[in-house]
Amino acid sequence: MSVPYAKLPVWVEYGLIPLINLVVAFLVAGLVVLLVGESPLKAATLMVQGAFGYGEGLGFTLYYATNFIFTGLAVAVAFHCGLFNIGGEGQAYIGGLGVALACLLLDGIFPWFLTFPVAVLASAVFGAAWAFIPGYLQAKRGSHVVITTIMFNFIASSLMVYMLVEVLKPLGSMAPQTRTFLDGGQLPRLDWLLSIFGFDIGGAPFNLSFLVALVAAFLVWLLIWRTRLGYEIRTMGASPTAARYAGIKEVRIIIITMLISGGLAGMMALNPIMGDQHRLQLDFVTGAGFVGIAVALMGRSHPVGIIPAAILFGMLYQGGAEISFEMPQISRDMITIIQGLVILFAGALEHMFRPAITAFFAALRGSGEASEAAAAGE
Amino acid sequence: MSDLAIELQGIDKSFGAVHANRNINLSVHKGTIHGIIGENGAGKSTLMSILYGFYQADRGNIMVNGNKLIIRDPNVAIASGIGMVHQHFMLVDNFTVLENVMLGAEENAILNRGIVNARAELKRLEDEYALEVDPDAIIEELPVGLQQRVEILKALYRGAEILILDEPTGVLTPAEADHLFRILEQLRDQGKTIILITHKLREIMAITDEVSVMRRGEMVATRNTADTSVEELAELMVGRRVLLRVEKGEANPQGIKLSVEGLTVKDGRGVVMVDNVSLDVRAGEIVGIAGVAGNGQSELLEAITGIRRAESGTILLNGETINASGDADPQDLRKRGLAHVPEDRHHMGLVLSFEENENAILGYHYDENYLNGPMLNLDNIRKSASESVEKYDIRPPDVRLKTANFSGGNQQKIVLAREMERDPTVLIIGQPTRGVDVGAIEFIHKRIIEMRDAGKAVLLVSVELDEIRALSDRILVMFAGRVVGERTPEATEGELGLLMAGVEEEKEAAQ
Repeated sequence: MSVPYAKLPVWVEYGLIPLINLVVAFLVAGLVVLLVGESPLKAATLMVQGAFGYGEGLGFTLYYATNFIFTGLAVAVAFHCGLFNIGGEGQAYIGGLGVALACLLLDGIFPWFLTFPVAVLASAVFGAAWAFIPGYLQAKRGSHVVITTIMFNFIASSLMVYMLVEVLKPLGSMAPQTRTFLDGGQLPRLDWLLSIFGFDIGGAPFNLSFLVALVAAFLVWLLIWRTRLGYEIRTMGASPTAARYAGIKEVRIIIITMLISGGLAGMMALNPIMGDQHRLQLDFVTGAGFVGIAVALMGRSHPVGIIPAAILFGMLYQGGAEISFEMPQISRDMITIIQGLVILFAGALEHMFRPAITAFFAALRGSGEASEAAAAGE
Repeated sequence: MSDLAIELQGIDKSFGAVHANRNINLSVHKGTIHGIIGENGAGKSTLMSILYGFYQADRGNIMVNGNKLIIRDPNVAIASGIGMVHQHFMLVDNFTVLENVMLGAEENAILNRGIVNARAELKRLEDEYALEVDPDAIIEELPVGLQQRVEILKALYRGAEILILDEPTGVLTPAEADHLFRILEQLRDQGKTIILITHKLREIMAITDEVSVMRRGEMVATRNTADTSVEELAELMVGRRVLLRVEKGEANPQGIKLSVEGLTVKDGRGVVMVDNVSLDVRAGEIVGIAGVAGNGQSELLEAITGIRRAESGTILLNGETINASGDADPQDLRKRGLAHVPEDRHHMGLVLSFEENENAILGYHYDENYLNGPMLNLDNIRKSASESVEKYDIRPPDVRLKTANFSGGNQQKIVLAREMERDPTVLIIGQPTRGVDVGAIEFIHKRIIEMRDAGKAVLLVSVELDEIRALSDRILVMFAGRVVGERTPEATEGELGLLMAGVEEEKEAAQ
């Protein structure tokens, strides 16, 4: 990078600032814990211990993180095009339908490694299809994608209730869910991966989807920064007038971006459905679509940032569950508050400490390049 | 001491790493017009914003009428008799003149007393300074020159003794500018002090008593206007000798490359912005379009370059109709040899958050040289960007640097390099030197002439009349969406000015 001219060194921009934001978020969260009469230090220890301290905890943390990598990537791709896709929740939900259909049809015929590619494709296609309508409406009619995607979350929710109750529920069953998939519809766990590091994942549902998520992260990076399509997406996002000037087809790019975004959100369904529950249940997404927004914000819409941000939120989910188990004073809702604080400081208040840090590093660097900057600052 | 209206001592201001003002000293005498001149980014606006209380100086003193003042916000400045007329007017468009003048100084909540007093005071000011304007006129219905007059009245209404004008003539016709100068002279003669910020040397010479020159955040000189010259001021601004005249030989026009016939274009609100315009541009000539900003030039350029849809009329590029199906596609036009340096480089010509090399392919990113199938060929992109950077002397020579970190002149060079290096047949250029420093202007003008001499058809739009006259081989004047006249570059400024103001309308220019 162009260090002499860049406003901040890379390690400050992508390391120090997020870290400071995070520390402040946890300090404030600590105050909240203190208010309900528990020890913040003990809570923090419980959280880290619960999330990373033993194999099963770690397995759960990474299992949750897998969800958030997918939904975070989905939000990030749309961000790059200037679109705020908050419909990840619904797109993932519908993606689950794709996974379930693929598994229900094939699990008795094929082994899992043949069912799997079909399920991946189906999840992406179903998620993309759900994002297509908002994308089309945005591109052609100017209907704001924020409004339409959130509406589509509700439609997805109703649709899935109907599908599960009326269509997919096995006869005679009371529960609104599909039958359990056979072996051909179940992903192997990644216990061997953690055992390399000496962990035993126990009952944690950490599975192959995690590796798929990492591959997806790499492909998103490739798409955004190394392809012509990514160039056009970024141009659209940064300056629609410049995109028009460059002859980039606005309608086409918006629709394609929403398809990719929806597809990524849809793939999130692989993890809980094919990797964990082995059946399609109501509300299996449980907010992962929305957490994806925070993950994308924190990760600066860059895959390299999204993966650690997703693991952080995985830690909050898993460690939070441990805290509420060990400290009855701290309910599940308190954990939500702590997550909210992290989102607040890492996302919304991202620029709070930036001016001071920028000034500090400017002072460090001295006035040597100031005249250069004065000419450029205009 | 009391002779000085304003005295600035050692003013210093940094924005992060940007040192905008360095140890500035400035003395402005009472009852004078004091010019402050400097290139874009020299720190003029920052200095005046400090004086008006928008920013606080990091160091230094401000003395107003011999008293040291700490100007925390504009209210303090106004209370001490400082008024400011901004470059972009701070008026409420759908309020009347009277309402705008009293805005923020309403006296009481239900306005009954305030309105009566304000009307009387406005009348007094109008009489005293010959600033006639109908107090009940709606702002958006007034011409720009009168809107500016309202801004001046606003400042006077608040008791301004010291008036700061920031680039006041940017939006005015030459005639309106002359009128403004007469008003300023009159204000001065009645004892007001005026600070005029501009980058136009001609204005400084025409109206100021003293002039201070800023360069790169520093005050480099103060002169009595009578004792200096345009050449000296230009040299002080840039820090080296500059060629103010553009040297160019005779044009050698060939066949028609771009032809516009009966073009009508509407803006987003459905208002006709370009009204039945016809023009031709031949290979090897520069056709300049003069006019006050907002008279349809932007829409004309956008229609020709395929960014905006034309309502009716035809556009022919190399003899082929390019808007046959209604929409001309900018990408297709580029392939056919139409290059476009847009008026607004910040929003259209560049993506400021991109690296230099990414902007160097904007609009040409479909070019096979830059691609490996669907992938970008970064090696080739950066290599060709480096070549352009060298050839156009873009500084700093770093193709990975974020475009926002280049100065205005260097940003414009990035756009020019991209559009000129592709050997186009027709080159459309809007505002080639807006916000560009004097040194780069010289370079850009030379390049444009070179393009002409290499046989390109050049269509130039600029609100700088001097630039149009210096570069063009033929000048078309646009007013209210129509071409109201064609002149040779020998036409006087007065003649062109009248056309630009729509005073002397002509029949549609003959072919």
